[in-house]
Amino acid sequence: MRLPPLVIALLLTALPVGATDVPNIAAASDLQLVLPEIASAFTRDTGAAVKLVFGSSGNFRRQIAEGAPFELFLSADEGYVRALYDEGKARDEGVLYAVGRIAVVSSIDSLLVPDAALDHLASALAAGQVKRFAIANPDHAPYGRAAQQALTHAGLWDAVKPKLVLGENVAQAAQFATSGSAQGGIISYAHALALAMRTRVRYALIPAEWHAPLRQRMVLMKNAGTTAHAFYRYLQGDFARAVLARHGFAMPAP
Amino acid sequence: MDWSAFALSLELAGWTALLLGPIGILAGRALAWHRFRGQALVEALLALPLVLPPTVLGFYLLLAFGASSPFERWYQWLTGRPLVFTFSGLVLASLIINLPFAIQPMQRAFEAISTDVRDAAACCGMRPWRIFTRVELPLAWPGIASALVLTFAHTLGEFGVVLMVGGNIPGETRTIAVAIYDRVQAFDDHGAGVMSATLLGISLVAILMVYATTGWRVRRL
Repeated sequence: MRLPPLVIALLLTALPVGATDVPNIAAASDLQLVLPEIASAFTRDTGAAVKLVFGSSGNFRRQIAEGAPFELFLSADEGYVRALYDEGKARDEGVLYAVGRIAVVSSIDSLLVPDAALDHLASALAAGQVKRFAIANPDHAPYGRAAQQALTHAGLWDAVKPKLVLGENVAQAAQFATSGSAQGGIISYAHALALAMRTRVRYALIPAEWHAPLRQRMVLMKNAGTTAHAFYRYLQGDFARAVLARHGFAMPAP
Repeated sequence: MDWSAFALSLELAGWTALLLGPIGILAGRALAWHRFRGQALVEALLALPLVLPPTVLGFYLLLAFGASSPFERWYQWLTGRPLVFTFSGLVLASLIINLPFAIQPMQRAFEAISTDVRDAAACCGMRPWRIFTRVELPLAWPGIASALVLTFAHTLGEFGVVLMVGGNIPGETRTIAVAIYDRVQAFDDHGAGVMSATLLGISLVAILMVYATTGWRVRRL
């Protein structure tokens, strides 16, 4: 059988090109609106490129354990990084790169007005104005767990539980909370800040003491190449730290 | 084992098959016997869910279900309930996804009934409704049954759209497929394993049923 030239051309372009080192980077979904900025600055500064893949940390932890070809893993939960180290997949225990915060958000059209102490959420719940409230799934999403802890701390968990819609990850929870489908939600502060800038979204930062700290740890895998190593160092540099801080992450001591 | 998710999936599959039964029969019959302008386009539109990723439908449903969408407002005005994050919303999504699974086998079944048979029935003085119930339906029945079983089984397996528009509410929109995904994410391999095995068994039985009914038709003709 003769292949038409077009098919041959397509097959050729699909082949891996040379030995360019473009590592796959697995990143927690709360970094979706932050990391691309750092990655493009990295490419500008060094000429090297990285491929960013966003998803839930738990899913990545599982995929990497099964041999997924990620060279660097930026987790939203340090437990997953420790587990990968214990299983011999990670090069070391990694470093803390940011501490996440959570915020209560709502669309401007919503009757729910976000306030840090969640007092308005309490009264809106009592008044029956909250039909749906979005958080990430606490079973496996770190930001969902933090949201549950904050709601429990405020004594609202039982009242809000029947109203919950669960995002598969914090990005989906943010989408539910701000698209008008739900009256509001608790999402990452990073998403709240970014969304407030581009859409009609209000937010209030929830006190850090109301939930266990979201200690975000990143780690290189044993198969990591030079570009992944360079990006790992770049993420600990002043520029990356400044970008993360601007997007609402607290910074661990250098 | 998340029984409420399992029951919800069965309920969703049941409603989908029940509602798509008459829709599939009418549409399949019309497409089989009538030729009209734009038929190719209609058939192509109906086949779209076979090739489109669930995310495309999920995206459009998110827009359609949004609080400010005219469709959602109309639905709320009509029923007093929202569609987003509700079981009804899932049923609507499921109906759209399963259109080709219901209509195509039924269309094939009606196409297989020769015009001679229908003409003979009409010559004998049977009224159209009687021809439909006494001649066409019995002849097309294996195709209809296999379409319904396929629709039912396919709904049990629907995942992408539910994940995108469902909101994972226990007893309302958390289906078995989403529950399995959650268990896997939460490293509960035992829970995921039990539910997966159950779904595997049900799906296998459903496909065997489809094969049995279509095999029966082949032998009869």
